[in-house]
Amino acid sequence: MLRYLARRVALMVPTLFGVALLTFIMLRVVPGDVVEVKLRADGGYVTTEILERERARLGLDKPLPVQFVDWMTGLVTLDLGNSMWTGRPVAEEIGVRIGLTFQVALMAAFISVLIAIPLGTISALYRDTWVDYVVRIFTIAGLAVPSFWLGMLLLLLLLTVFHWSPPVTYTPFYENPLQNMAQLIWPALAVGYRYAAVVARMVRSSIIEVMREDYIRTARAKGVFERLVVARHAMRNALLPAVTVIGLEFAFLLGGLVVTEQVFNLNGIGRLFVEAVSRNDFVLIQALVMLLAAVFVTMNLIVDVLYGVLDPRVRNA
Amino acid sequence: MNQVLHLDEGCSHTRPPGVDEPILSVEGLVVEFDTSRGVVRAVDGVSWSVRAGETLALVGESGCGKSVSALAVMRLLAKPAGRIAGGRIMFQGQDLLSLTEGQMRERRGRDIAMIFQEPMTSLNPVLSIGLQLAEPLKIHMGMSDAQARERSIELLGLVGIADAERRLAQYPHHFSGGMRQRVMIAIGLACNPRLIIADEPTTALDVTIQAQILELMKDLSRRLGITLVLITHNLGIVARYADRVAVMYAGRIAEEGPAARVFAAPRHPYTVGLLRSVPRLDRARGGMLETIDGAPPNMLHPPTGCRFAPRCRWRQDICATDPALRQVVPDQSSACHFAEDMPPPPQPLSGHALAPPNAGAMLLEVKGLTKHFPVRMRGFFGGTATVRAAQDVSFRIGRGETLGLVGESGCGKTTVGRVVLQLEKATGGQILFDGEDLATVSSRRMKELRTRIQVIFQDPYSSLNPRMTVGGTIREPLRKRLGFSAIKAQARVEELLDQVGLLREMADRYPHQMSGGQRQRVGIARALAMEPDFIVCDEPVSALDVSIQGQIVNLLAELQGRLGIAYLFIAHDLAVVRHLSHRIVVMYLGRVMESADRDALYAEPLHPYTRALLDAAPIPDPEVERGRAARALTGELPSPLSPPQGCVFHTRCPLADAQCRSVIPPLREIRPGHMAACIKI
Ligand SMILES: Nc1ncnc2c1ncn2[C@@H]1O[C@H](COP(=O)(O)OP(=O)(O)OP(=O)(O)O)[C@@H](O)[C@H]1O
Ligand code: SF4
Ligand code: SF4
Ligand SMILES: [Mg+2]
Repeated sequence: MLRYLARRVALMVPTLFGVALLTFIMLRVVPGDVVEVKLRADGGYVTTEILERERARLGLDKPLPVQFVDWMTGLVTLDLGNSMWTGRPVAEEIGVRIGLTFQVALMAAFISVLIAIPLGTISALYRDTWVDYVVRIFTIAGLAVPSFWLGMLLLLLLLTVFHWSPPVTYTPFYENPLQNMAQLIWPALAVGYRYAAVVARMVRSSIIEVMREDYIRTARAKGVFERLVVARHAMRNALLPAVTVIGLEFAFLLGGLVVTEQVFNLNGIGRLFVEAVSRNDFVLIQALVMLLAAVFVTMNLIVDVLYGVLDPRVRNA
Repeated sequence: MNQVLHLDEGCSHTRPPGVDEPILSVEGLVVEFDTSRGVVRAVDGVSWSVRAGETLALVGESGCGKSVSALAVMRLLAKPAGRIAGGRIMFQGQDLLSLTEGQMRERRGRDIAMIFQEPMTSLNPVLSIGLQLAEPLKIHMGMSDAQARERSIELLGLVGIADAERRLAQYPHHFSGGMRQRVMIAIGLACNPRLIIADEPTTALDVTIQAQILELMKDLSRRLGITLVLITHNLGIVARYADRVAVMYAGRIAEEGPAARVFAAPRHPYTVGLLRSVPRLDRARGGMLETIDGAPPNMLHPPTGCRFAPRCRWRQDICATDPALRQVVPDQSSACHFAEDMPPPPQPLSGHALAPPNAGAMLLEVKGLTKHFPVRMRGFFGGTATVRAAQDVSFRIGRGETLGLVGESGCGKTTVGRVVLQLEKATGGQILFDGEDLATVSSRRMKELRTRIQVIFQDPYSSLNPRMTVGGTIREPLRKRLGFSAIKAQARVEELLDQVGLLREMADRYPHQMSGGQRQRVGIARALAMEPDFIVCDEPVSALDVSIQGQIVNLLAELQGRLGIAYLFIAHDLAVVRHLSHRIVVMYLGRVMESADRDALYAEPLHPYTRALLDAAPIPDPEVERGRAARALTGELPSPLSPPQGCVFHTRCPLADAQCRSVIPPLREIRPGHMAACIKI
């Protein structure tokens, strides 16, 4: 197991490096840079000379390889640089927002998985009955409905039916958990629906498949209670493919948050991302992409670890 | 013996007063399945019973309803498609079908245990052996963890698994197929059941392992007084292990009675046909097997009247009415109108001998063939290891001759075939085909030679292109390789279909519209299309049923006689090999153990491994079986990654001593034309 883990961790490094290189190149290929956007936004007449000077200040005049090496050195020493727009350290910009975004994402993931696994299981066990049909309609809707639309619907519902709207200013969890929850549960539900739907469908199909396996028949032939057949013999096997989906879909969840944060007027990473892109703030974009990549890779690692826990064949490899 | 006494403690079985009292009787069982093409009656009014302490064998070809009737007893039919539509299943005086699901569950694993065919998939891969073994103990006997553990260790010991304590913490993937089947047996025995139903428990295993498992089951059931229902398609197993036998055909019982009687005086044409079509290890029958023509009916539309009628040689008008299963002589029943006048028991046929080999005209000569596969080891810094799939293998095949290559799984027989076909490059040695070394000929020459060397594969299902018609499959090489015109190719396709016994209309069919036997015929026709001198047949009949297998074996023999083709016949079934081959090579772990002319090898096997193989294979005749000592080879097949030092067979050889561990015995000519690799001969 340890060796298996060491190998997975070692594989993270080239993956992250690849992402960094790609992001770097893509950002430079796209025309336009932060200097132009910023100076034009300030209004007034902008001379080429001013542009050049500003570029030199931000280090944009150096050859690309040098810029890349600079950035990499920064990354390794955990110095993410300063935002090209606000001039504040990127770490700080991210730091103030990351708590909110992660809280929403984790809440969404947690609630979704908690709902999706039993839902998918029940749907599989009562296959082709009305229970199954209801679940399937629910999950297909989850795939079809965009999260921002669901978010707006939720807001509207709260407003018109309950005459209540979530608080506008962000309250950190440790200050007032209730108020914090009251605010964040709605975006969590909005982005989590799709997640739950995908996971539930995966769980359903893998349970159906696993229930046909020979070892399920063996368990029944031993006189094992049907509940235990499902919980002990089927679930662990069925969760293997589900775990993969849970991990991969987490990235989609973060993607969904980019828009949903706008809908709920939350100042999180998603909002920051949108702003960074619209301002061509390379440094910030790069940092955010690397952050996402790191989350993605970490999720993969967690999936691998879970695989090892669930499947002795992997553990002993 | 301590263990056994201990096992019986606290179990209240006493033999029922009347021994004749059946412990389980299935009466008029009807099982139906809903399928996309309609309702299938997989089992249609089947009755059989088994008395306490007896072993009943349920035999019949694939799809005849053996497994379904066994699963019906356990009430474990696939839901929701399958249902029991009629009949009673009386177990210890109680109709199992009248029980609630909860009551039935209590009996599963406690009173009736079941062992399944596929040891590789029947254990849960993510749960430890200990947990899977302890489950029934905790559920049915209310044992604590510690008690269950103790009993599990005892059970593993009972089924011959050493180092039980450590093994409990392991998972199924740590066990070989034979070991897993032992674990399944241990699970079955856990709660001292009255009855064990074993559904083809050894079909997936090698013949020496099969013998181990069956001996174990027989031994345990005798010692512990367990009644056994053994489902199998292997008549040899029936002859060796069963007291009674029920022969099934197309969802019905054809014949039922004491095994010895059914084999000696079968009362149903199907039984007669089965017994005659199975090649026998103990009989030097060259020439043709008797076969049952045709194939079992489609269970969606079974024929009315006698279901066997379309294939029956004794058929009369009256057979259009359904023959009921009735007692013909005391204790033996048959479902045939003419059961009383059944022909005498199968006689060894003299038959015309195999076409005599064209002595002297050498076609293929393999000299010192060696093939190593590098395999990547798992793990980060794994490196590579070498599998020595074939080591110094030599043999010769004359024109029109058959060489049989036998051995257990992993012995390298398929590898040798593939190297001869040049699908793999040899690591060393020479393959001379008609005097030319295949390894060094130019690729242009090889292309020409390829038409003269053809192949027939084991699996008739996957070796044909599913999107190509049968005609297209055979036509393709004719047009592309031999440049036939469309008309000429068409004529040749028809000729080939005739030759392999298929109807010309079948040229327009797709593989999925044909049965396994028919597909194998297509494979043969495709090979024949090139008019080859030589065909490599890799287990061409092992996926087929007995009656179909006989047809294909006959076809191959007939084609050889007519066209003078030489075969390299690769198989694990010694009886089939005996039937077809002129010379035989026995391999074990990549090395040739013995090679000899057919009759010499079977009459006087020299190598201990060959003897073990022959002992392990049961002969379909209870008379003969009674006279044979049951000697099962002990031990497991070693991994080809780390074969034993010295003689590769020494870990299992009954004659092995210290010397065998240090020298690799060379293949020596012990008698003229009879070679063996053993230092003790
Ligand atoms: N779940 C199912 N759905 C539909 N038909 C089924 C199902 N299970 C079995 N059958 C059909 O029931 C018939 C009998 O099957 P069964 O498995 O008992 O055969 P068998 O005698 O055990 O053959 P084998 O030697 O191949 O194991 C077959 O025609 C099969 O197609
Ligand atoms: S009843 Fe007729 S067709 Fe059926 S097995 Fe007997 S003789 Fe053959
Ligand atoms: S050499 Fe020794 S171990 Fe090998 S077969 Fe002969 S007696 Fe057995
Ligand atoms: Mg079966």
